[in-house]
Amino acid sequence: MTDLQITGLTKAYGPGAPVLDGLGLTVPAGSLTAVLGPSGCGKTTLLRIIAGFLRADAGTVALGDRTLSGPGLHLKPERRRIGIVPQEGALFPHLSVARNVAFGLTGPGRTARRRRTEEMLDLVGLAGYGDRMPHELSGGQQQRIALARALAPEPALVLLDEPFNALDSALRTGVRADVRAALRATGATALLVTHDQQEALSTADLVAVVRGGRVAQCDTPHEVYRRPADPWVAAFVGDAVLVPGTADRGAADTVLGRIPLMDPPGVLRQGMVLLRPEQLRLTAADAAGASGTVTSVRFYGPDAVVTVEVDGIDRAVRVRVPGSTSARPGERTGIAATGEATLHAASV
Amino acid sequence: MTPADPVPQTDPAARPTGAPAPAGRLRAGTRPPAVLLVPAAVAAAFALLPLGYLVVRSLERGPAFARDVILDERTAQLLGRSLALAAVVVAACLLLGISLAWLTVRTDLPGARAWSVLVTLPLAVPSYVAAFAWLSAFPGIEGFTGAAVALTLVSFPYVYLPVTAALRGTDPAQEEVSRSLGHGPLGTFRRVTLPQLRPAATGGAVLVALYVLSDFGAVSLMRYDTFTRGIYTSYRASFDRTPAAALSVVLVVMTIALVAAEARTRGRAGHARTGTGTARPAVPAQLGPWRAAALAWCAAVTAVAVLTPLATLGYWLAVGNSATWDPGRLLDTAGTTLGVAAGGAALTTLLALPVGVIAARHRGRTAALLEQSAYAGHALPGITVALSLVFFAVRYAEPVYQELPLLVCAYAVLFLPVAVAGTRAAVLQSPPVLEDVARSLGRSPLRVLREVTVPLAAPGVAAGAALTFVVCMKELPATLLLRPTGMDTLATRLWTETGTGSFAAAAPYAAALILLAAIPSYLLGRHRT
Repeated sequence: MTDLQITGLTKAYGPGAPVLDGLGLTVPAGSLTAVLGPSGCGKTTLLRIIAGFLRADAGTVALGDRTLSGPGLHLKPERRRIGIVPQEGALFPHLSVARNVAFGLTGPGRTARRRRTEEMLDLVGLAGYGDRMPHELSGGQQQRIALARALAPEPALVLLDEPFNALDSALRTGVRADVRAALRATGATALLVTHDQQEALSTADLVAVVRGGRVAQCDTPHEVYRRPADPWVAAFVGDAVLVPGTADRGAADTVLGRIPLMDPPGVLRQGMVLLRPEQLRLTAADAAGASGTVTSVRFYGPDAVVTVEVDGIDRAVRVRVPGSTSARPGERTGIAATGEATLHAASV
Repeated sequence: MTPADPVPQTDPAARPTGAPAPAGRLRAGTRPPAVLLVPAAVAAAFALLPLGYLVVRSLERGPAFARDVILDERTAQLLGRSLALAAVVVAACLLLGISLAWLTVRTDLPGARAWSVLVTLPLAVPSYVAAFAWLSAFPGIEGFTGAAVALTLVSFPYVYLPVTAALRGTDPAQEEVSRSLGHGPLGTFRRVTLPQLRPAATGGAVLVALYVLSDFGAVSLMRYDTFTRGIYTSYRASFDRTPAAALSVVLVVMTIALVAAEARTRGRAGHARTGTGTARPAVPAQLGPWRAAALAWCAAVTAVAVLTPLATLGYWLAVGNSATWDPGRLLDTAGTTLGVAAGGAALTTLLALPVGVIAARHRGRTAALLEQSAYAGHALPGITVALSLVFFAVRYAEPVYQELPLLVCAYAVLFLPVAVAGTRAAVLQSPPVLEDVARSLGRSPLRVLREVTVPLAAPGVAAGAALTFVVCMKELPATLLLRPTGMDTLATRLWTETGTGSFAAAAPYAAALILLAAIPSYLLGRHRT
């Protein structure tokens, strides 16, 4: 199978902290894995090493049973069978759409190439656009052609480098879904590099969160969000609420009440309990349990975020409430938690 | 190169340089592939050959002999005359360039836009055409005065253009702050504006000095003995060519020093402009009662620098007849000129291609070394390149001595910088990610070059080739020394006829040269807009 296996990948540009610091990652065959991280975390360097445009200082990159990069070994980009979809598509401006898609098709006869090109155009929903020139296409169309071009030679792996960045948000969701469907249809293994949490969570089968040149956590979107490895990951993939708590027999006692823990520690432990804002809800000011003062209300349309200074702790917590809310700054309110939480070391 | 063939461009920052490009467009950590590296190394070696051989040849009769030539009284005289001419021309160019720049950019001068176009036109006039015009109108001007006038009037745009750019780039808010702090308009100009113009003006002045030191056409026609003319006379007068080689080395040392100085000022000029990114244009200064004087100044410069050469040329064309010139011969010469210029442009562009691609796409010591070597011609006066190739051919390649291939090679050495700069700019136009995509789709570096890089850069490379074609066509000193016996280009013919005082016979060649050179320049202008 063509799993992508990366171990101990290290790369430094000159002296100073390395950009990649012993990064390890496994991308299962046929999956779409997102590499998610803030700018400067080494995402692009990782992608360029996998594609063969850069040499790593140490570590290996293997695709199935083929080692692409390793000690004393560096397979040239054109021999790797790895397709790339760069930011903004990067279609060859001097070639027609069809010739762009056919660019990587070599070998078999002309009719076979033409058939494959039409198949690919069909796959990305742009059949009949073959004779156009790239500048005659919209941004989203260009992006889909770039994907068709990458997929045409049936690569062992497709790398997508923030491919939806240049698109406006209305278009982005549609193109994302189309790309997802095209990748599914071909069964290609794909690696998507992005700094957009929503994009990673909604598009990928697996999300690898990268920080400081290492993978901080690699799991399904659901698990990464629900069970983050640490508060940093939690805050990076979404909004996090941290309250101090003491774990005791599968649950933690906090100022917000007793909250069940997903992974109860073996012994009683002090730490920070991590919740998502949508796990909190506002109750009547005189209800039993925790209470606090509303400091701000932000309305987003489908939901609203209410910030509450909770009595007994020195930090404000954010509560996501569906629809609109009657809460006003300065009012007293009750607050309660639902669902399970994770417990983290207090030092962060 | 011979700066006597100025490149008609309006952006002084676009001049050929090794200035670093934005880091995002370069590929750190990748070495240029062999398909680029090997031909680029050949081009670089080719560009450095004349310089190296000149040094070898000047030391042929021992260092003592070379020292005697260099320390000779006559050498000191030539040096003094060259430097005096350069100093006067630079001072005059600064006066013209800065005053015109300020008037056209920062004041309410009527017709500022039209004036700004008119005063850059002299860039297109080769120095020997200007010399022809002045000499034929005022024969008494011969000598220092004539050389200084002709050279000033063709080279002051080298100061005007960068100063104009600097004036446009400075933030008018700084001047407003100075005024609000109690300094008057003159004080503000002196304390705030002028210091900001200094890097641009210095850079322009160094270019003018380089132009003057390298010039052969104007000084030889004006019979004013500078280094270039001294080298030519020494070469023609004696069978012993070592003195000419030694003199050439001295000249080249001076021009290299100037090029190095120019590179330094350019770095600082760029620095002085950053951080001032302003969206707001300055409020033009009110000329008020000075308006008439300012207009008269602009009109006088234009009349002297543009109208006089044209009027003189027109006059000699009008008085000419079949006794003074032969249309058949003119056609022949024009054909020959086009032929050798095409050959020169073709070879130069071919050699420049790998160097330009590496300069645009790769970083590191090798890439920098290759690019800088290719720019050697920028510092080499045409006469020294020609001499060096003569020596080399006589010794090692007798069959091509005074044959076309040698002349074409001289053009390539001299104008490689023009073509490399053009290629580099053209390659930079397309993002490197296109080449990455092509590699990922299974193409080898050579095929990426052929199928992606070159087709995308083609329009820019063609524009660079056209520019090279124009400068080859106008080249004088190397053509004089290296042309096959009996062959003439428009430039050499114009030079010979003017030298014997046959102005009516020279005029048609000057006109043909200007017309032929104008066609590619016109097409280039259209291509850019």
